[in-house]
Amino acid sequence: MPIDIIILILLTLAALWTVMSNSLLFAAIGLALTSAILTIVMFRLNSPLAAVFELSVCAGLISVVFISVTTMTQPQSRQEVAQHTRDRLGRFKFLPLIIILVALALVILNLKPGAPLPTPETGEDVRNVLWNQRPLDLIGQVLVLLTGVFAVVIFFKEKSKDE
Amino acid sequence: MTSLLILIPLFSVMVLNLPSRTMMRRFAFWLSLTLAASQVCLAAFFGTGLWSSPLDIYGSFFRFNLAVDNLSRIMLLSVGIVVLTAILVGRETIKDENQHFNFTNLMLLVLAGMNGVVTTVDVFSLYVFMEITAVASFVLIALQKERDALEASFKYIVFSALASVMMLSAIALLLMTSGGTGFAGISQSLKSLPANPLTLLAMGLFVCGLFIKGGAMPFHGWLPDAYSAAPAPVSILLAGIVTKTLGIYTLIRIAGFVLGPNYALNSILLLIGALSIVAGALAALGQKDFKRMLAYSSISQVGYIVIGLGCGTPLGIFGAVFHLFNHSVFKSLLFANSAAVESQTGTRNMERLGGLAERMPRTGATSIIGFLSAAGIPPLAGFWSKTIIVVALWQAGFRAYSSVAVMAGAITLAYFLSMQHRVFFGKIKEELKSVKEANFNLLLPALFLAAITVGVGILFPFVHDTFITSFFR
Repeated sequence: MPIDIIILILLTLAALWTVMSNSLLFAAIGLALTSAILTIVMFRLNSPLAAVFELSVCAGLISVVFISVTTMTQPQSRQEVAQHTRDRLGRFKFLPLIIILVALALVILNLKPGAPLPTPETGEDVRNVLWNQRPLDLIGQVLVLLTGVFAVVIFFKEKSKDE
Repeated sequence: MTSLLILIPLFSVMVLNLPSRTMMRRFAFWLSLTLAASQVCLAAFFGTGLWSSPLDIYGSFFRFNLAVDNLSRIMLLSVGIVVLTAILVGRETIKDENQHFNFTNLMLLVLAGMNGVVTTVDVFSLYVFMEITAVASFVLIALQKERDALEASFKYIVFSALASVMMLSAIALLLMTSGGTGFAGISQSLKSLPANPLTLLAMGLFVCGLFIKGGAMPFHGWLPDAYSAAPAPVSILLAGIVTKTLGIYTLIRIAGFVLGPNYALNSILLLIGALSIVAGALAALGQKDFKRMLAYSSISQVGYIVIGLGCGTPLGIFGAVFHLFNHSVFKSLLFANSAAVESQTGTRNMERLGGLAERMPRTGATSIIGFLSAAGIPPLAGFWSKTIIVVALWQAGFRAYSSVAVMAGAITLAYFLSMQHRVFFGKIKEELKSVKEANFNLLLPALFLAAITVGVGILFPFVHDTFITSFFR
């Protein structure tokens, strides 16, 4: 139990660093770190497949994409960076306090289901679940990917033509 | 059969983007128009039995867990009507060929998304299809890459992301307490379990997320900018059906049919509904921008739907659903009119307009039908749905809320009369004397929607016998 609390605190700190960082590169690295810690949480909750997906997709692929895009941005001047840092600190200074207060509130409320929870289904083959039980969600994912492709084409491909 | 509602738009997008794109561009408009029109005809003229018939030609992988009941049928009809309108208006208002092709593809994706939302029987799949519709909407709002539209789209992304986090957390809690994500399973386990803090937290998070998606007060921050900055056909889509499907239909489905009657939830719905009705109407009074006024009007009308749902009685829920349909029609009509005015005059600023009824008589006439229905004037469709909501509230003992709904109708009439006076009535300004009536692509949807508004109103006994009695079966 104490190890889980330590992992959750580390997860929260990594997420806070990601959000409050004033560098896009460090924010992307922070996101990868947050995903890596979340992977540990998933392993501890006996979901190794979910953990592997989280590590490979979120900590791996998505971070690579963000870092690649960040390298294409223009750096700001020193004055712009200083002003930006002051604005961000001003905007986010209450965020750690809010998180601590929400965590305390949840601990004090001590939310419990009040009845035995149904036993989760473990041991089901993921391929069987995805392909036979939830094909609609797979089609949904295809639709989301197509929509994302159109977003990239509309916002970025045509912009480079304009330039 | 129901799975075709999702598969056909998906395959259409794939076919349209095959290598022979030049040929496909000419064909894209007619394909999307045919799909939307077919959906309208099938939903209007065939009962729910059509959708449950199995189609065995494509094997078991494409047999999805979908269902069409009377509520879904009304939603499919509304989706078809609004998408059809948006496609026709888009043909006239989006002149750039590339942009129009991208617009058509995104419309097909939105159609697939909304059809998925209204036919799924699983809360996680519902979330997936809501995200498809939302992401396509973000892109559509900023389609023409104007600064205001990009800002509005970004604001919508931020609010929508917050709503999505809330809904996903709620789904996780419901999965934990009920052991599944199907509507039936969740409903069953909530009835058998005593009320517990986790379930209440899940309900609260889910409903808050839906209020953000639906643009109810005070979660409406993104809505006026998105509706006014988006291109005309996208405003029709957002105001007519997207927020209604993502926010309000889902609220009706989850609160009315899955979570079931709950005193605390109904009280919240009544309060939020009343706040939206009054605050939305008062905000609309002070607007100069035609589309922004219609955006605040939408918030107010959504309040009527939410307050009808909050009533908790079958009559109240029916009134909410009926008003959702009527609002889709008359709000799309009013946005189509604003598209016509903007395309012919070059402005949406009502202070610079006036006397347009002389130069645009058909647009003026259809806008009168739209606003009278919105204000609840008999014998138009909006009168019946608002009356049902008011009567349901009164019968259930919520007399104060009933009175608020009636009195806000007067404010609705006031801002719409003000709009009509500033835009269509009075002496025409010198610079507008050369303005002509909007052309066929803008007039046809306005006339079609006006005909539905008048028809549903005058033929209310037929609507009652066909839809109301079957809804209560």
